[in-house]
Amino acid sequence: MDDSISCKCNWTSKYLVCLVIFLSGALWSSRDVLSNAAGATTKAPPVNSPAWTQVSPKPQTQPLPVFTINYPRIQVPFEITLWILLASFAKIGFNMYHKITIWIPESCLLISVGLVVGGIMYAVHGMPPAVLTSNVFFLYMLPPIVLDSSYFMPTRPFFENVGTVLWFAVVGTLWNSLGIGVSLYGVCQIEALGLKDINLQENLLFASIISAVDPVAVLAVFEDISINEQLYIVVFGECLFNDAVTVALYNILSFVATMPEVETVDVFLGMARFVVVGLGGLFFGFLFGFAAAFTTRFTAHVREIEPFFVFMFSYLAYLVAELFSLSSIMAIVTCALTMKYYVEENVAQRSCTTIRHVVKMLGTMSETLIFFFLGVATITTDHEWNWGYILFTLLFAFVWRALGVFVLTQIINPFRTIPFNFKDQFGLAYGGLRGAICFALVFLLPQNITCRNLFITATIVVILFTVFIQGISIRPLVECMKVRRTNRKLGTINVEIHKRLMEHTIAGIEDICGQWSHYYWKDKFKKFNDRVLRKILIRDNRAESSIVALYKKLELQNALELLGPAPSDLSAAPSLMDLQTKRNFPASDLRNMHELLSKNMYKIRQRTVEYTKKSALPNDSKVREILIRRHISIRHSFRVGSFPRTGVSKRHRFLSLPPRKNMESRSPPSRPSYTSENLLRAPIIFRHGTWIPVATLDLLILCSSIVLSAAELNNTIKQIIFRSRLFSTLFGFVRSASYTLPPGLASLDNAEGPGLEDKQSWKMTLHPCSGSRGTDLELEPLSATSSVSQLQRFSSRQERPLQNRYHQPERREHELGQQTSREPIAEGLWGQPQRDSWTAHRYSRSRDEHRPGGGNLPPSAPTGWAQEPLIQKGGGSQNHLNRRPHWRPHNPHGPQSPGQVD
Amino acid sequence: MGSSNSTLSKIPNLGRLIEETGFTPAHIKRLYKRFQALDKGNKGYLSPQDFGSVKELATNPIGDRIIGAFFSQGQETVDFHSFVRILAHFRPLDKNRAKRPDSPEPINSRISKLRFAFQLYDQDNDGKISRDELLQVLRTMLEMQVTEEQLESIADRTIQEADLDGDNAISFDEFRKVNADTFLRIPSPVTPSQITVWLIVL
Repeated sequence: MDDSISCKCNWTSKYLVCLVIFLSGALWSSRDVLSNAAGATTKAPPVNSPAWTQVSPKPQTQPLPVFTINYPRIQVPFEITLWILLASFAKIGFNMYHKITIWIPESCLLISVGLVVGGIMYAVHGMPPAVLTSNVFFLYMLPPIVLDSSYFMPTRPFFENVGTVLWFAVVGTLWNSLGIGVSLYGVCQIEALGLKDINLQENLLFASIISAVDPVAVLAVFEDISINEQLYIVVFGECLFNDAVTVALYNILSFVATMPEVETVDVFLGMARFVVVGLGGLFFGFLFGFAAAFTTRFTAHVREIEPFFVFMFSYLAYLVAELFSLSSIMAIVTCALTMKYYVEENVAQRSCTTIRHVVKMLGTMSETLIFFFLGVATITTDHEWNWGYILFTLLFAFVWRALGVFVLTQIINPFRTIPFNFKDQFGLAYGGLRGAICFALVFLLPQNITCRNLFITATIVVILFTVFIQGISIRPLVECMKVRRTNRKLGTINVEIHKRLMEHTIAGIEDICGQWSHYYWKDKFKKFNDRVLRKILIRDNRAESSIVALYKKLELQNALELLGPAPSDLSAAPSLMDLQTKRNFPASDLRNMHELLSKNMYKIRQRTVEYTKKSALPNDSKVREILIRRHISIRHSFRVGSFPRTGVSKRHRFLSLPPRKNMESRSPPSRPSYTSENLLRAPIIFRHGTWIPVATLDLLILCSSIVLSAAELNNTIKQIIFRSRLFSTLFGFVRSASYTLPPGLASLDNAEGPGLEDKQSWKMTLHPCSGSRGTDLELEPLSATSSVSQLQRFSSRQERPLQNRYHQPERREHELGQQTSREPIAEGLWGQPQRDSWTAHRYSRSRDEHRPGGGNLPPSAPTGWAQEPLIQKGGGSQNHLNRRPHWRPHNPHGPQSPGQVD
Repeated sequence: MGSSNSTLSKIPNLGRLIEETGFTPAHIKRLYKRFQALDKGNKGYLSPQDFGSVKELATNPIGDRIIGAFFSQGQETVDFHSFVRILAHFRPLDKNRAKRPDSPEPINSRISKLRFAFQLYDQDNDGKISRDELLQVLRTMLEMQVTEEQLESIADRTIQEADLDGDNAISFDEFRKVNADTFLRIPSPVTPSQITVWLIVL
């Protein structure tokens, strides 16, 4: 075990070293990459301008070159690309062996790689490369990071804790800046340190830089150990808003620091400016947020560029705020928070995924680069080392942070529903890592500040100290102190299960009590939102959409109708670690069980955590999965005491049926299969004057397409038609369903006749019309395949169009609970491995059990089925269908009941 | 606080309700507002559909069971009194309330809390958690990667752990013993007591 780990480590590190050497070799001549990148704005003179003139040929004097190298032309983007690649490769490297990133935060590793690269560059060059000296950071690297954080801000906990978050972000940052600044000024008065020339303004400026926390590493740790939500969101929100505060403060102070004299008026002006900067940012954020939401209202026909608007508008908010010297971070945060809700309802599911992915990608990339450059800069910058100042900075940064958290918590605790206890406060204080913002701000310091280099050195030391020492030690400390977690492992399986059930229950009870929606302002806003904002901003304005709607439908449907041998379990995947021993459980099995339980139980409020993952993309398939699961469990719960006992029917359930003829040719007296039997025996419920095989319909809804034999089709289709009215009430999108019957359906006339079953299987597909809001029920004859294997191929092929087809312009696709959630179903139903076992099983079963009598009754009327009137009336109904191929369900003379048709 | 009084005056049998559930008038008022918000169309009672409109509940794996817990057998409605009474299960234990032998079991006692939890499993109300009932719960709470066989063995194991009389089901007594300390120390912020912490503030 250890060997393999170390092997892997070795390999990884070798790989990394090779990579680093290779890439830094490519980069060594490009030390001025960033100054060049910034060259457009800062007009930094290119260091290698001689090279430029050498390479570029003179066209008049030289013959046409056959082969030329024009490096200067591509230099800037080329080097940027290489830098990004290098950083990304480093990231890949860390994640190859997972345990590294558990114990050492990724930011530490990135900085380390940066240090190595910086060392190489330093050794090769002897002079430092220009790093991040300009607006590059603020114009290009910061916006993605902030957008990422704010777009994936867990809304619910954030607004629950918004007071605390702002309290810590605004007051806490001011507190830190003032405290650190003043005490450092005090330290500067000490004669022995020789720092007399640093005045108060400069100290304050430096303190404002140093008080920006950026606890990426801490958040990753908190996520990993699933710390309590309150602490998490406060750390998360604080780092976001505190950036805004710091930058605003920095701007003011950097102005003040250059002033020769500061008067009292200036202090008040500074305060006023602080407020104006914040509120102005807020204003532009709202403005562009709503603009983005409003724009996406009209992008239904330009889906390709839909995600673009999100980025452009948020960037625009950022830039415009910057234009007026307002808080641009505030603007982009507000913009993202504002538009997210509306945009995600407007855009298609696919665009939504794209937006999230790109936001996440850009944010992660920027962050990676910054930490990487931090490492590089540490080596290659000119440092000015002053022990006293740096050590005192470290000390004050820590002490004031701790003091601030402690004092501010005492003030805010009485107002909090869940007060922070001491351990939380410790987590909050200790989690105050410094990071990207400090680093960038300090490099932005104007050159005329006397101790610029000292400030840079001190800042880098503070960052390195906090990121390395605190970042690495916070996990063991928090684990050791047993800071409140959201959940934890337990002793017996019983306890584990019961506790989890209880947690779900309490979460549910909280929802019923309306824990979140109780706030007065929230209610007010919700009303305003429903009445005004949604109408303006959202194209398809229906109050409750998506999941709730689907859930309600399913709930209603299931509450009203008794369901039959429904799919017992979707998790029919063949297990790799089957726990076969049923009665005596060895210890390893117990361990396995515990592992299964702890890994696979739905985590309470998991969405919150998932959405904010720094390392992974959000994934909301779980919600859909829950819905589908619940749908199924509801069915079960309605059939009290009639759970499918046979392990067989539990594990393998297939709705596609092979052509009967082949089956018969192989095992002559067979009945089709137990699945078709299930399908037909599915509760045929009398409703709206007709007989309905609910299971078939439900499956159709869930799976969108199923393969049926002719007889099943015969039964199903008319019932679907009969039920269309119910359908259209339950599922809005079937409002004008038109059923186009393929020509081959004519042969269904004699559905009951023995001639039919040799005909074909039918694929029934429920898919939305492209133009109007409607759904086509498409029937498609499958050519009678000659062997089961062919059918298998068909079935597996079927899965792909399943997803493509759901490009629904009208509705968000997940209303059908499809896409991601559909996949497991599709696999469960049509997955290759199961099919094999299923086929084998079916053969054996059909030979064993159904030899007598099963003969030539393909719809396999089992007991109880034949008595149903459906079969007798089926033919008539089918005739009716054929006469009117485009039957409209709203036709008042539509077949109300089989009797009427006859 | 005139509005408070007017809200409270709308609730019939307020005194009894307070005494029965142990909620303060402020809680009751708050719950009444919530009740009214849930009650679409001012029917004066809640139907399962009303609960269904709670968005978060829709994604709760056992949401339907929770909703079901509010409705006594065969009933389709729940009025405010029953609503509050159900919620009272989630009040924290009263540590300092003098326990009089003649007084009825308070709703928020350990035993009734446990019974409430038990009934979430025991959907057919036969006083036992059968293997199938347990399987159902597991199925909803576990993710799809778990195979049916694994589920079954987990259920078997769970029953084995708890089953004392060997009937292959968990009776309430057995359930209580197994959970001797489960509900006393749930470390997460989501504890029953939290409910009231919230309620107080609301």
